[in-house]
Amino acid sequence: MSQAQKKIKPPSKLKYTIAFLILAALYVVSWRGVKGDIGELIDGLPNIGDMMAQLWPPDFNYFIEILDPMLETIQMAILGTTFGALLSIPMILLASSNIFGRKVVLITRAILNVTRTIPELLFAGIFVAIVGLGPFAGIMALTLFSFGIITKMTYESVETIDPGPLEAMTAVGANKLQYIGFAVVPQALPAFVAYVFYTFEVCVRASAILGLVGAGGIGLVLNTALAMYQYTHVASIILFTLIIVILIDTISTRIREKLI
Amino acid sequence: MSQQNKPLAAPPKTLFQKIKLALYVIFFILLYAWCFSGIELDTSKIKESLPVAGRIISDIFDVEWSFIPEDEGVIDNMFMTIAIALLGTTIAATLAIPFGFLAATNMSKKNRWISSVGKRILNVIRTLPELIVAIIFIVAVGPGPFAGVLAIGFHSIGMIGKLYSEAIENMDESPMEAMNACGANRIQTLWFSVLPQVLPEFMSYALYKFEINVRAASVLGMVGAGGIGTPLLFALIGHDWNRVGAILIGIILVVMAIDTISGAIRKRLV
Repeated sequence: MSQAQKKIKPPSKLKYTIAFLILAALYVVSWRGVKGDIGELIDGLPNIGDMMAQLWPPDFNYFIEILDPMLETIQMAILGTTFGALLSIPMILLASSNIFGRKVVLITRAILNVTRTIPELLFAGIFVAIVGLGPFAGIMALTLFSFGIITKMTYESVETIDPGPLEAMTAVGANKLQYIGFAVVPQALPAFVAYVFYTFEVCVRASAILGLVGAGGIGLVLNTALAMYQYTHVASIILFTLIIVILIDTISTRIREKLI
Repeated sequence: MSQQNKPLAAPPKTLFQKIKLALYVIFFILLYAWCFSGIELDTSKIKESLPVAGRIISDIFDVEWSFIPEDEGVIDNMFMTIAIALLGTTIAATLAIPFGFLAATNMSKKNRWISSVGKRILNVIRTLPELIVAIIFIVAVGPGPFAGVLAIGFHSIGMIGKLYSEAIENMDESPMEAMNACGANRIQTLWFSVLPQVLPEFMSYALYKFEINVRAASVLGMVGAGGIGTPLLFALIGHDWNRVGAILIGIILVVMAIDTISGAIRKRLV
């Protein structure tokens, strides 16, 4: 017994030591690179308080003034998510390994992965150059953005559906369309709709900042206020955005909970 | 037998269900009518914009390679972007630990309100987009990558804290009970029975958020918070599409490389 115990050596710590050293070096280099300064943060934090303090008393006229761009932000998010969801349907099927063959799936996923790495603001900037300033560019950017998210999440849940109905459809000689319509769609639909609502929440947040590159919505107003150093307005816009996003999140989460 | 062969029909809808369905349909029609009313769509403009789109896309593919190794070019700025994401994620991953315990329902069984308050706090932190948080921190520390680090560090607490709390809720509680039974205090229980269980998952979630944050950090520069976003904004404003192409290559390659590496590490962790 004592011999057997002796043989057990504690696992080598070399691997962890090396990993730790690499990480520590990365932190030092990064901290220098970003010119991090805790003192600066401590000195500067009161500035945020000052900015927020200007919100009192609230300027209701300004809130009414920015209501229209805020509504435009929501409209952009709704339309962008809807178009993204419609576009995603064929891609979801093409990216699911239990529906299509290996080659199709790999190519589709490669396209998807590249689409998802491109930031939505970059899409927005390009679309602004193509169709001009305004919400239309924002909608197109949000369409591509939501398309990436919805497709990724839904194909992952399509791949985990119950294979029983799929086999049954194959056994009775269904063609691909029947196979998808009667065995895949009924199983995947609730998850798909839930993901669409989730993506809508994400899109509202994204939509609020697209205006920074000229793609419409509340971000446009925010950009102007920032450029003119009107920090009272900046604070009002931020507060308003916070309220709207929380409101939409709450409603959308309720709907999602009912769905699944 | 013959009765069983009859096709099964769905039960007829009650009047109430029919009204409910009709109301939903009307609601969505009105909703979309409202959305489209706000957006002016000029079809003649679309025809005009097609050749513009073609030119821009071909310009993007005609990459300005010289901008990649240049001083303050793509490589420099991508390193800065990764540094912002790394530091921000680390700050958030550390600060999120107390929030995760606060929000986990099985850590405060007697006082349920504690965990619901914790969850509420995490939700609010997550609400504002990173870019807006970055603007707030720029007010504090001035423009620069440090503001970006702080923005990522603050904003990520929301999501990381939520994932932590779920990891804590899903752990095996018997080691905790064993510790309690042999008279360990709360700190000892946390240290010897909770942390060893949740640490791999914590690290995995932090890495996952790091992947997301690299994407987020690549646009922070657009509001002046450092990284590749700053040259990207200038290139977009100046319609310097060849340069946008170079930056795009940098972002795509770095994001995909980090996703792959981090994904491989995460597989080994959990």
